[in-house]
Amino acid sequence: MSKQIKAVALISGGLDSMLAVKVIQEQGIHVEGINFFTGFCVEGHTHAIRKKHQKKEKRNNALWVAEQLGIKLHIIDVVEEYKDILLNPSHGYGKNMNPCLDCKSFMVTKAREWMEENGFDFIITGEVVGQRPMSQRRDTMPVIAEESGSGELLVRPLSAQTLPETLPEKQGWLDREKLYGFTGRTRKPQMALASQYGFKDYATPAGGCCMLTDEHYSHKLVDMWKNRTNRDYELDDIILLKMGRHFRFSPDFKLIIGREEGENNFMQGYKNQFKTVYSTSHSGPLSIIDGEIENEADFQQTLALIARYTQGKDAAEVTLEIRQPNGNTQAYQIKPMAIDAVKQEWMI
Amino acid sequence: MSDSKPAVTEVNARRLLCPLPVIRTQNAIKKLKENDLLEVTCTDPGAKQDIPAWSRINGHHIEEILEHDGEIIIRVRVGASETK
Repeated sequence: MSKQIKAVALISGGLDSMLAVKVIQEQGIHVEGINFFTGFCVEGHTHAIRKKHQKKEKRNNALWVAEQLGIKLHIIDVVEEYKDILLNPSHGYGKNMNPCLDCKSFMVTKAREWMEENGFDFIITGEVVGQRPMSQRRDTMPVIAEESGSGELLVRPLSAQTLPETLPEKQGWLDREKLYGFTGRTRKPQMALASQYGFKDYATPAGGCCMLTDEHYSHKLVDMWKNRTNRDYELDDIILLKMGRHFRFSPDFKLIIGREEGENNFMQGYKNQFKTVYSTSHSGPLSIIDGEIENEADFQQTLALIARYTQGKDAAEVTLEIRQPNGNTQAYQIKPMAIDAVKQEWMI
Repeated sequence: MSDSKPAVTEVNARRLLCPLPVIRTQNAIKKLKENDLLEVTCTDPGAKQDIPAWSRINGHHIEEILEHDGEIIIRVRVGASETK
């Protein structure tokens, strides 16, 4: 009896990796999926936190794709290891703070290690030549194979016919004729193949599934680093960047004002780490003060801005209570800031 | 023949947002054997979909999902699996 050949697939939850797996399954290969949690994934957190998203089905696309394909999915927490990729990318950043090439090399390296530990034979990804400006170019795709140490064991089923033959093809595990030769940014061939396989419902996130490709998020991340003594970060830091309105009046502190009930509830969980501010006279958001307010003018301005976002924005005074992380509270009466006094440059 | 009940392992995934409750579940199950029971307590409502989905595709069984005081308790019975 011949040995069952097994492949591990990088599953993002998007259409390309879904198709890549299906193409390989069609050739009788046993496939299992691997998905990496960097902390910068777009979907889970914001949807879970924000109340307005609660009617939306909270589906993890990677899990959903795995279930559609009938494959196992292994989700790996790489938050700690990923810091070095983000902070010191050898190939630099893309348009925003996205270190796409280093990121893909890192993930394929982790997949190779998993493959070796679990007795699998090769790795597949949904990469398409020319699809992405940094990591999916004809000249950078071989870099990923080389840097990850996967070499000829890395198969890109959707573009395989335009790439050098891989070991699984040479060994006869895969029929090259049944792989594809997609190139470029057009999604039409993928959509046609999806239709052929009967895939009607699939995720099509613009800019991928990573917050680091988002301009606004990247801006907040750079602001955080600029105002700290070093660029290190914890998971809570990068989650807080996803929620609330962020304002900065000075390098010493930042103000985060919740945008809605879900965020306010979630931000409550940080009350023992940060000073939190809430209104006791009017309904309104929860705010977090990240840092130390060093002067009275900044202090007054901060409270006036918070009061502006309460239901008492047109009232003569709003009562705000500041809670210290140790639980001590103090109340302040404050006149809400006028709308035209809110400066655009404070917003991060 | 032993009549001892399978072990119950508890996982605290409170305040963790998905996919972290799934990762905690997965990592706990790696250390368990077939038929053991895992009880995961979470607060992210997404876990109600994600942990059952992960369990289905990896051959484990959801015995019960309870909700109480904003907490979600998911009981997972460990199935047979080659790669956990």
